[in-house]
Amino acid sequence: MKISTKQNLTGWLLFTPAAILLIAFTHYPTIATFFNSLYSNESVIRPSRFTGLESYQNMINDPVFWKVFNNNIWFAIGTIPTSIGLAIIMALIVNKAIPGRGLLRLCYFIPTMLPMIAVANIWLFFYSPDIGLLDKVLGMFGVESQNWLGDPDTALPSIIVMTVWKEAGFFMIFYLAGLQTISPELHEAAKLEGSSRWNYFWRIQFPLLLPTTLFVLINAFLNSFKLVDHLFILTKGGPDNATNLILYYIYENAFSFFDISYASALTVFMLALLAITALVQFFIVDKRTHYR
Amino acid sequence: MKWTIKNKLLTTISAVSFSMMSTLAIAETELTMYYPVAVGGALTKTVDKMVGGFMEANPDIKVNAIYAGNYNDARVKALAAMKSGDPAQLSVMFSIDLFELLELDAVVPFDDVVKTDADKTWLKSFYPSLMENGVTGGKTYGIPFQRSTIVMYYNKDMFRAAGLDPEKPPATWQELIDMSKKLTKSDGSQWGLMIPSTGYPYWMFSALAMQNDQVLMKGDGKETYFNDPKVVEALTFWKELGSKHGVMPKGTIEWGTLRQNFLEGRTAMMWHSTGNLTTVKKNAKFDFGVAMLPAGKRRGTPTGGGNFYIFKSASAEEQAASLKFIKHMTSPEQSAAWSVATGYMGISQNSYDTDTLKDYVKTFPPAAVARDQLEFATAEFSTFQAGRIRKGLDDAIQAALIGTKSPEDALTEAQNAADRVLKAYR
Repeated sequence: MKISTKQNLTGWLLFTPAAILLIAFTHYPTIATFFNSLYSNESVIRPSRFTGLESYQNMINDPVFWKVFNNNIWFAIGTIPTSIGLAIIMALIVNKAIPGRGLLRLCYFIPTMLPMIAVANIWLFFYSPDIGLLDKVLGMFGVESQNWLGDPDTALPSIIVMTVWKEAGFFMIFYLAGLQTISPELHEAAKLEGSSRWNYFWRIQFPLLLPTTLFVLINAFLNSFKLVDHLFILTKGGPDNATNLILYYIYENAFSFFDISYASALTVFMLALLAITALVQFFIVDKRTHYR
Repeated sequence: MKWTIKNKLLTTISAVSFSMMSTLAIAETELTMYYPVAVGGALTKTVDKMVGGFMEANPDIKVNAIYAGNYNDARVKALAAMKSGDPAQLSVMFSIDLFELLELDAVVPFDDVVKTDADKTWLKSFYPSLMENGVTGGKTYGIPFQRSTIVMYYNKDMFRAAGLDPEKPPATWQELIDMSKKLTKSDGSQWGLMIPSTGYPYWMFSALAMQNDQVLMKGDGKETYFNDPKVVEALTFWKELGSKHGVMPKGTIEWGTLRQNFLEGRTAMMWHSTGNLTTVKKNAKFDFGVAMLPAGKRRGTPTGGGNFYIFKSASAEEQAASLKFIKHMTSPEQSAAWSVATGYMGISQNSYDTDTLKDYVKTFPPAAVARDQLEFATAEFSTFQAGRIRKGLDDAIQAALIGTKSPEDALTEAQNAADRVLKAYR
């Protein structure tokens, strides 16, 4: 098919607004960040100079970076499967015809609607030792007061629990939509065949939900790297970096230490990590996903 | 010929517009100022009221005072505005941001802005300890505004219940331990003492180190003394309040919720900024007192809080207007009103000589504790590359408190890291 010049022009014109936005706010900053990471910081006293891969060398030798990276992996492991599992369970519950379904759906979704900063402020008081809700409830069962956010053993798990609470409702919405596209005939057929409820879920619903799961998985993974709002309120990455995550560490370097060069190197690392994971998810998991 | 006409026309237009612009500028100088609030409470309203009072008295100057979060946020926002080409003309920022602002060449010394003798006298009217963080190389870059020291709040009812004299708060480290032990209940429902160790751990630690007779840094911001034996001893003392004496919860204690802990009677004593005083006064349902921090080898506290800075990028006219505004905000009457509204201290002897503060101190003696403690105060921790070095120290303090490193190892590590960074400045 031959495309006329006019059509061609229209196409380009339609493409331009999106392209400008993408280039200005995504591509250009990415490239600029990469180049920033190759130069030392500029100050009045010392001008910027080319340092090559020195920032990356520093990164490898920086124990805090490794700790933060490690934390992020545990944070991902802690939040992704749990929030997806919970989301599926909640979606199955509110997909049924039960009284007060609308209200229940709303309840599950409320944590998602609240701003992360507000949530963190609420949970700060939940976790507060002695006076916090958590300690008061546990105290009724004779459990001793815990310094949830002040003890490195419990600080990261506490953050993970809060994040799961915040995220599961959001993913539930996607599963709910996914469940409603499954034809009710399948359910009837399974019933006629005498299939157990679990069997129906595992053999029919879950495989049909895989496209949703892929989408949610990518989102959950990205969120585990880009959600750090709560750290500003809850722990500021402490105690002794026990809850520090990569993006928060980038923020600290860029805006607290004004070490743009090192922050850029960390950013390039994070972008590369996310890009690789996204590719893996798209090309490997995607092939095994059943689309109708 | 054509060119000349065009040229003439352009000149005329620019001359006209220029004169219009300058008329406008005479009519109104517009200033943008960022300021932080670190202790919560309705302080933004107080600031708005003070700014409103200034604009009423000076209709030719318009001030946009923008609340910018905590100290860190305020600095980030002010500097981001500067980089974006739409800078603020002045700001209240952390007193300890000085060296970083200097390195970015962002601020002007007040010595260059003051013109008259009256201005020069004004520059010398503040408490000297409050000027320490704002002066370097013989020039003044920061004018004190919301300034504090650390004070010890204590619950007098609990002192009575434990058989202690409520008018005699602990004055030494030994008394602090002994009294805290009496005030701690074994079932964990009441602690003797809480010293916050998140948010600004280095600040509390400056107090402990100074009480052990050692400051944390040299005045020029190029050297730190983290692994000095006295500093290590101070951190050990802090840690042992929890781990050995059992009068303070183990692990870190949250800065943000500590006031609530005190108000709900979970701790008999807390160390906190004097900027909390008015809020505690309004909300405490018990009889409370405020005392100076106890002495180890001596008494000691760092000063803290925010200073006014004027940015270099502001025009001479804007700088003069900024100076006028700052003079208003730091005048004895305004400073006294601010102190009553917040608990931050009056910044000059003159402010304590106003009727407002005289009467207030008479009816509410705790209001004078921060000022009386100035005699024992040192500058707040401030160095070049302060963000990174402070973070190193904060991490070391927290690592020691949660027990992942010994105080000595943690502080030695922090010192080595600080040396690596500061080497370039020596």
